[in-house]
Amino acid sequence: MLDDIDRRLLRHLQADPAQPMTQLAEAAGMPLATCYKRLDRLQAQGVLRGQHHTINWSELGYGVEVSLRLTLDKTAPRAFDEFLAAARLVPEVTEIQTFLGRVDVRLAVIARSMTHYQEIYRDRILSLPHIADIEALMQIATIKHQQTVPL
Amino acid sequence: MSLDLDATDRAILRALQADATLKASALGRRLGLSQPATWRRIKRLTEAGVIGTRRLDLDLEALGFGVTVFLGVKLALKGRVSLEDFERAVVAIPEVQTVEHVLGLYDYRLRVVARDLPDFERVLRRRIMTLPGVGQVEANVLLSEERRPGPLG
Repeated sequence: MLDDIDRRLLRHLQADPAQPMTQLAEAAGMPLATCYKRLDRLQAQGVLRGQHHTINWSELGYGVEVSLRLTLDKTAPRAFDEFLAAARLVPEVTEIQTFLGRVDVRLAVIARSMTHYQEIYRDRILSLPHIADIEALMQIATIKHQQTVPL
Repeated sequence: MSLDLDATDRAILRALQADATLKASALGRRLGLSQPATWRRIKRLTEAGVIGTRRLDLDLEALGFGVTVFLGVKLALKGRVSLEDFERAVVAIPEVQTVEHVLGLYDYRLRVVARDLPDFERVLRRRIMTLPGVGQVEANVLLSEERRPGPLG
Protein backbone atom coordinates (compact mmCIF):
# COMPACT_ATOMS: atom_id res chain seq x y z
CA MET A 1 0.00 0.00 0.00
CA LEU A 2 3.02 2.27 0.42
CA ASP A 3 5.02 3.07 -2.67
CA ASP A 4 8.48 4.53 -3.16
CA ILE A 5 7.07 8.04 -3.51
CA ASP A 6 5.40 7.78 -0.07
CA ARG A 7 8.68 6.61 1.39
CA ARG A 8 10.56 9.47 -0.24
CA LEU A 9 8.05 11.96 1.10
CA LEU A 10 8.28 10.56 4.64
CA ARG A 11 12.06 10.45 4.45
CA HIS A 12 12.18 14.18 3.71
CA LEU A 13 9.48 14.97 6.25
CA GLN A 14 11.11 13.07 9.11
CA ALA A 15 14.40 14.87 8.45
CA ASP A 16 12.69 18.18 9.25
CA PRO A 17 9.06 17.88 10.37
CA ALA A 18 8.69 21.65 10.84
CA GLN A 19 9.62 22.60 7.26
CA PRO A 20 7.05 24.47 5.14
CA MET A 21 5.02 22.31 2.75
CA THR A 22 6.41 24.12 -0.29
CA GLN A 23 9.94 23.20 0.74
CA LEU A 24 8.92 19.59 1.43
CA ALA A 25 7.20 19.27 -1.95
CA GLU A 26 10.26 20.62 -3.69
CA ALA A 27 12.67 18.36 -1.80
CA ALA A 28 10.53 15.31 -2.51
CA GLY A 29 10.22 16.37 -6.15
CA MET A 30 6.45 16.59 -6.47
CA PRO A 31 3.81 19.27 -7.00
CA LEU A 32 2.45 20.85 -3.80
CA ALA A 33 -1.04 19.46 -4.38
CA THR A 34 0.31 15.91 -4.69
CA CYS A 35 2.31 16.41 -1.51
CA TYR A 36 -0.86 17.43 0.44
CA LYS A 37 -2.85 14.59 -1.06
CA ARG A 38 -0.26 11.96 -0.19
CA LEU A 39 0.21 13.24 3.37
CA ASP A 40 -3.58 13.23 3.88
CA ARG A 41 -3.72 9.66 2.66
CA LEU A 42 -0.82 8.56 4.88
CA GLN A 43 -2.65 10.14 7.81
CA ALA A 44 -5.95 8.48 6.93
CA GLN A 45 -4.17 5.12 6.67
CA GLY A 46 -2.66 5.65 10.11
CA VAL A 47 0.92 5.45 8.83
CA LEU A 48 1.54 9.07 9.82
CA ARG A 49 -0.11 9.39 13.22
CA GLY A 50 0.93 12.94 13.96
CA GLN A 51 3.78 15.02 15.28
CA HIS A 52 4.89 15.85 18.78
CA HIS A 53 7.35 18.21 20.39
CA THR A 54 9.95 16.94 22.80
CA ILE A 55 10.58 18.89 26.00
CA ASN A 56 14.12 19.75 27.06
CA TRP A 57 13.70 18.91 30.71
CA SER A 58 17.16 20.14 31.66
CA GLU A 59 16.05 23.67 30.66
CA LEU A 60 13.30 23.34 33.28
CA GLY A 61 15.77 22.38 35.97
CA TYR A 62 15.53 18.60 35.60
CA GLY A 63 19.21 17.85 35.13
CA VAL A 64 19.15 14.20 36.21
CA GLU A 65 17.87 11.42 33.99
CA VAL A 66 17.93 7.79 35.02
CA SER A 67 16.94 4.73 33.07
CA LEU A 68 15.43 2.17 35.44
CA ARG A 69 15.35 -1.39 34.15
CA LEU A 70 12.99 -3.60 36.08
CA THR A 71 12.10 -7.24 36.28
CA LEU A 72 8.67 -7.98 37.67
CA ASP A 73 7.40 -10.83 39.80
CA LYS A 74 5.55 -12.72 37.07
CA THR A 75 4.00 -15.18 39.51
CA ALA A 76 1.43 -12.47 40.23
CA PRO A 77 -1.15 -12.80 37.44
CA ARG A 78 -1.76 -9.10 36.86
CA ALA A 79 1.79 -7.94 37.62
CA PHE A 80 2.29 -6.01 34.36
CA ASP A 81 -1.07 -4.22 34.35
CA GLU A 82 -0.88 -3.25 38.00
CA PHE A 83 2.73 -2.12 37.77
CA LEU A 84 2.12 -0.03 34.63
CA ALA A 85 -1.02 1.60 36.05
CA ALA A 86 0.89 2.64 39.18
CA ALA A 87 3.97 3.81 37.24
CA ARG A 88 1.77 6.13 35.13
CA LEU A 89 0.87 8.01 38.31
CA VAL A 90 4.48 9.04 38.98
CA PRO A 91 4.86 12.49 37.34
CA GLU A 92 8.64 12.22 36.96
CA VAL A 93 8.30 9.10 34.77
CA THR A 94 8.58 10.34 31.17
CA GLU A 95 8.72 7.04 29.26
CA ILE A 96 7.49 3.51 29.87
CA GLN A 97 8.57 0.59 27.69
CA THR A 98 7.88 -3.12 28.03
CA PHE A 99 10.26 -5.75 26.65
CA LEU A 100 10.84 -9.33 25.73
CA GLY A 101 14.20 -10.20 27.20
CA ARG A 102 16.03 -10.12 30.47
CA VAL A 103 14.38 -6.83 31.39
CA ASP A 104 10.57 -6.60 31.60
CA VAL A 105 10.04 -2.85 31.88
CA ARG A 106 12.06 0.30 31.49
CA LEU A 107 11.13 3.63 33.08
CA ALA A 108 12.80 6.90 32.19
CA VAL A 109 12.81 9.04 35.33
CA ILE A 110 13.84 12.70 35.56
CA ALA A 111 14.76 14.65 38.69
CA ARG A 112 16.04 18.08 39.68
CA SER A 113 19.06 16.75 41.55
CA MET A 114 20.48 13.54 42.95
CA THR A 115 18.76 14.29 46.27
CA HIS A 116 15.46 14.74 44.45
CA TYR A 117 16.10 11.51 42.51
CA GLN A 118 16.73 9.67 45.75
CA GLU A 119 13.36 10.91 47.09
CA ILE A 120 11.49 9.81 43.97
CA TYR A 121 13.27 6.46 43.97
CA ARG A 122 12.52 5.73 47.63
CA ASP A 123 9.02 7.15 47.89
CA ARG A 124 7.52 6.53 44.46
CA ILE A 125 9.50 3.86 42.60
CA LEU A 126 10.29 1.30 45.30
CA SER A 127 6.63 1.36 46.34
CA LEU A 128 5.42 0.30 42.86
CA PRO A 129 3.82 -3.17 42.92
CA HIS A 130 5.37 -6.51 41.86
CA ILE A 131 9.00 -5.38 41.45
CA ALA A 132 11.46 -8.31 41.59
CA ASP A 133 14.64 -6.44 40.67
CA ILE A 134 15.80 -2.96 39.60
CA GLU A 135 18.92 -1.80 37.81
CA ALA A 136 19.70 1.84 37.21
CA LEU A 137 21.59 3.39 34.34
CA MET A 138 22.39 7.04 34.81
CA GLN A 139 22.37 9.13 31.66
CA ILE A 140 25.63 10.98 31.11
CA ALA A 141 25.23 12.24 27.56
CA THR A 142 23.00 11.83 24.56
CA ILE A 143 25.23 11.11 21.57
CA LYS A 144 22.49 10.59 19.00
CA HIS A 145 18.76 11.06 19.27
CA GLN A 146 17.12 10.74 15.97
CA GLN A 147 13.85 8.90 15.96
CA THR A 148 14.02 8.49 12.20
CA VAL A 149 13.94 5.22 10.29
CA PRO A 150 16.07 4.33 7.24
CA LEU A 151 13.24 4.55 4.67
CA MET B 1 19.22 28.48 35.58
CA SER B 2 15.73 27.29 34.88
CA LEU B 3 12.70 29.09 33.60
CA ASP B 4 9.66 29.82 35.75
CA LEU B 5 6.49 28.39 34.29
CA ASP B 6 2.92 29.26 35.18
CA ALA B 7 -0.09 27.00 34.69
CA THR B 8 -0.71 28.36 31.16
CA ASP B 9 2.88 27.66 30.07
CA ARG B 10 2.53 24.13 31.36
CA ALA B 11 -0.73 23.68 29.49
CA ILE B 12 0.96 24.90 26.29
CA LEU B 13 3.83 22.43 26.76
CA ARG B 14 1.41 19.57 27.42
CA ALA B 15 -0.53 20.42 24.25
CA LEU B 16 2.58 20.68 22.04
CA GLN B 17 3.92 17.43 23.48
CA ALA B 18 0.76 15.75 22.21
CA ASP B 19 0.43 17.64 18.91
CA ALA B 20 3.26 19.71 17.47
CA THR B 21 1.16 20.86 14.51
CA LEU B 22 -1.18 22.96 16.70
CA LYS B 23 -1.23 26.58 15.57
CA ALA B 24 -1.08 29.40 18.11
CA SER B 25 -4.66 30.40 17.23
CA ALA B 26 -6.14 26.94 17.89
CA LEU B 27 -4.07 26.48 21.01
CA GLY B 28 -5.05 29.94 22.29
CA ARG B 29 -8.76 29.22 21.78
CA ARG B 30 -8.40 26.04 23.80
CA LEU B 31 -6.71 27.93 26.65
CA GLY B 32 -8.79 31.09 26.48
CA LEU B 33 -5.87 33.21 25.25
CA SER B 34 -5.54 35.50 22.26
CA GLN B 35 -3.47 34.32 19.31
CA PRO B 36 -0.70 36.93 19.90
CA ALA B 37 -0.52 36.13 23.63
CA THR B 38 -0.21 32.41 22.87
CA TRP B 39 2.38 33.09 20.18
CA ARG B 40 4.45 35.20 22.61
CA ARG B 41 4.43 32.42 25.18
CA ILE B 42 5.46 29.79 22.61
CA LYS B 43 8.23 32.11 21.42
CA ARG B 44 9.52 32.59 24.99
CA LEU B 45 9.50 28.82 25.63
CA THR B 46 11.20 28.14 22.31
CA GLU B 47 13.89 30.76 22.88
CA ALA B 48 14.56 29.38 26.35
CA GLY B 49 15.17 26.00 24.71
CA VAL B 50 12.35 24.32 26.64
CA ILE B 51 10.44 23.29 23.52
CA GLY B 52 12.58 20.72 21.81
CA THR B 53 12.60 19.24 18.35
CA ARG B 54 9.55 18.14 16.40
CA ARG B 55 9.19 14.44 15.69
CA LEU B 56 6.91 12.37 13.53
CA ASP B 57 4.76 9.66 15.06
CA LEU B 58 4.95 6.91 12.47
CA ASP B 59 3.43 3.45 12.41
CA LEU B 60 6.76 1.70 12.08
CA GLU B 61 5.20 -1.68 11.40
CA ALA B 62 3.26 -0.31 8.43
CA LEU B 63 6.56 1.09 7.11
CA GLY B 64 8.15 -2.32 7.32
CA PHE B 65 10.08 -1.84 10.58
CA GLY B 66 8.50 -4.51 12.73
CA VAL B 67 11.23 -4.77 15.36
CA THR B 68 12.71 -2.26 17.79
CA VAL B 69 15.45 -3.47 20.13
CA PHE B 70 17.12 -1.73 23.06
CA LEU B 71 20.74 -2.74 23.43
CA GLY B 72 22.95 -2.39 26.45
CA VAL B 73 26.57 -2.27 25.29
CA LYS B 74 29.63 -2.68 27.42
CA LEU B 75 33.01 -1.72 26.00
CA ALA B 76 35.59 -4.48 26.27
CA LEU B 77 38.86 -2.64 26.04
CA LYS B 78 38.40 0.48 28.07
CA GLY B 79 41.36 2.77 27.82
CA ARG B 80 42.67 1.06 24.71
CA VAL B 81 39.82 2.11 22.46
CA SER B 82 38.72 5.67 22.70
CA LEU B 83 35.08 6.40 23.39
CA GLU B 84 35.19 8.77 20.42
CA ASP B 85 36.03 5.93 18.02
CA PHE B 86 33.10 3.88 19.28
CA GLU B 87 30.73 6.85 19.21
CA ARG B 88 31.76 7.98 15.75
CA ALA B 89 31.17 4.49 14.35
CA VAL B 90 27.89 3.81 16.15
CA VAL B 91 26.15 7.05 15.19
CA ALA B 92 26.85 6.30 11.52
CA ILE B 93 24.68 3.15 11.57
CA PRO B 94 21.31 4.17 10.08
CA GLU B 95 19.35 1.54 12.04
CA VAL B 96 20.64 2.99 15.32
CA GLN B 97 18.18 5.70 16.37
CA THR B 98 19.53 6.72 19.73
CA VAL B 99 22.87 6.42 21.47
CA GLU B 100 23.13 7.29 25.13
CA HIS B 101 26.30 7.27 27.18
CA VAL B 102 25.30 5.84 30.55
CA LEU B 103 26.81 4.98 33.89
CA GLY B 104 26.01 1.61 35.44
CA LEU B 105 25.94 -1.97 34.22
CA TYR B 106 26.51 -0.83 30.61
CA ASP B 107 28.43 1.96 28.96
CA TYR B 108 25.98 2.75 26.16
CA ARG B 109 22.29 2.33 25.59
CA LEU B 110 21.22 2.00 21.93
CA ARG B 111 17.83 1.95 20.28
CA VAL B 112 17.84 -0.02 17.04
CA VAL B 113 15.11 -0.49 14.42
CA ALA B 114 15.00 -3.43 12.02
CA ARG B 115 12.61 -4.95 9.51
CA ASP B 116 12.27 -8.23 11.41
CA LEU B 117 14.32 -10.50 13.67
CA PRO B 118 16.58 -11.86 10.89
CA ASP B 119 17.24 -8.26 9.79
CA PHE B 120 18.01 -7.35 13.42
CA GLU B 121 20.43 -10.27 13.60
CA ARG B 122 22.18 -8.94 10.49
CA VAL B 123 22.51 -5.45 12.02
CA LEU B 124 23.74 -6.94 15.29
CA ARG B 125 26.34 -9.23 13.72
CA ARG B 126 27.60 -7.07 10.91
CA ARG B 127 27.36 -3.60 12.38
CA ILE B 128 27.10 -3.66 16.17
CA MET B 129 29.41 -6.56 17.06
CA THR B 130 32.08 -5.15 14.73
CA LEU B 131 32.16 -1.73 16.42
CA PRO B 132 35.56 -0.74 17.83
CA GLY B 133 35.91 -1.85 21.44
CA VAL B 134 32.50 -3.47 21.73
CA GLY B 135 32.22 -6.07 24.49
CA GLN B 136 29.17 -7.58 26.11
CA VAL B 137 25.84 -6.76 24.47
CA GLU B 138 22.40 -7.30 25.94
CA ALA B 139 19.29 -7.13 23.76
CA ASN B 140 15.72 -6.52 24.85
CA VAL B 141 13.00 -6.52 22.19
CA LEU B 142 10.49 -3.68 22.57
CA LEU B 143 6.90 -4.85 23.02
CA SER B 144 5.13 -1.60 23.90
CA GLU B 145 6.01 1.99 24.54
CA GLU B 146 4.31 5.07 25.90
CA ARG B 147 5.47 8.63 26.34
CA ARG B 148 4.24 10.32 29.49
CA PRO B 149 3.71 14.08 29.82
CA GLY B 150 6.21 14.30 32.69
CA PRO B 151 6.01 16.73 35.62
CA LEU B 152 3.87 19.40 33.95
CA GLY B 153 0.76 18.86 36.11
